[in-house]
Amino acid sequence: MSPEALRETARHMVETVPQASALGFKLLSVEPGRGSILTPWREDLVGDPDTGVIAGGVVTALLDHVCGLAIISTARDGTTPFSTATLDLRIDYMRAAAPRADVTASAHCYKLTRSIAFVRAHAYDADPEDPIATAQAAFILKRGAA
Amino acid sequence: MSEAAERLEAFLARVPYVRFLGMRAELAGDEMTATLPFAPHLVGNVMMPALHGGVIGAFMEMTALAQLSVIAQSPKVHKTIDITIEYLRPGRALTTYARADVRKVGRQVANVHVEAWQDTRDKPVAALRGHFLLKAHAGGAARP
Repeated sequence: MSPEALRETARHMVETVPQASALGFKLLSVEPGRGSILTPWREDLVGDPDTGVIAGGVVTALLDHVCGLAIISTARDGTTPFSTATLDLRIDYMRAAAPRADVTASAHCYKLTRSIAFVRAHAYDADPEDPIATAQAAFILKRGAA
Repeated sequence: MSEAAERLEAFLARVPYVRFLGMRAELAGDEMTATLPFAPHLVGNVMMPALHGGVIGAFMEMTALAQLSVIAQSPKVHKTIDITIEYLRPGRALTTYARADVRKVGRQVANVHVEAWQDTRDKPVAALRGHFLLKAHAGGAARP
């Protein structure tokens, strides 16, 4: 897939899927096997009003979505398009996001078999080396469905 | 309203993200059932349509936190340490329900399992298990 086509597919996935759009996701980057998404901070996404920190559930949705993005980005010209569904997702929370901080997540699809994709992702606010959360996931690939 | 019901109401009212999801929860005696009515903005796959996997995960995580707010007698929101989510069946465009089973409450950490289902309790759509850090509170230990 050309970089432009990949970017367009990724933008569609990140910005038009209803939940992604409702959470305000923005595509930051995509390349084969990797992608990253920004979630701007918003008042209605807060988990603890005492701290103004984005809710853990938003980070869960963000990590799940960026994993899906990394998988979709592995599609190559001439291969059957596929859709994916999450099988298993584990998230470790290292620390809360900073108050009123935007959250970014990056994912790497590091292994694809015929039917399963394995992905690692992490979420951070200011510094990618100081993550809010790390995730590991397995997704099923349903080939032949767009 | 019982104290437990008041704590649950307070939790649901405090957390803006609960309103974003449209999540509700009710106590029947000491059993809590959380409800997530279907709404278009919760969709992850428009073709099926199916609920976004992250929404189901978030709903179960919030269910665990709501259950802890009822039993752990702290007005503060507890912190998630880790969660593992299993996706069993697609979440369709229906109401989703969830129940939390608090497996263990220690001095600092609680272990909670959650199951989510739609039209059939014995065909769950997803399950979660997680560890949560219990926030310090004024007076009284968490009930085991």
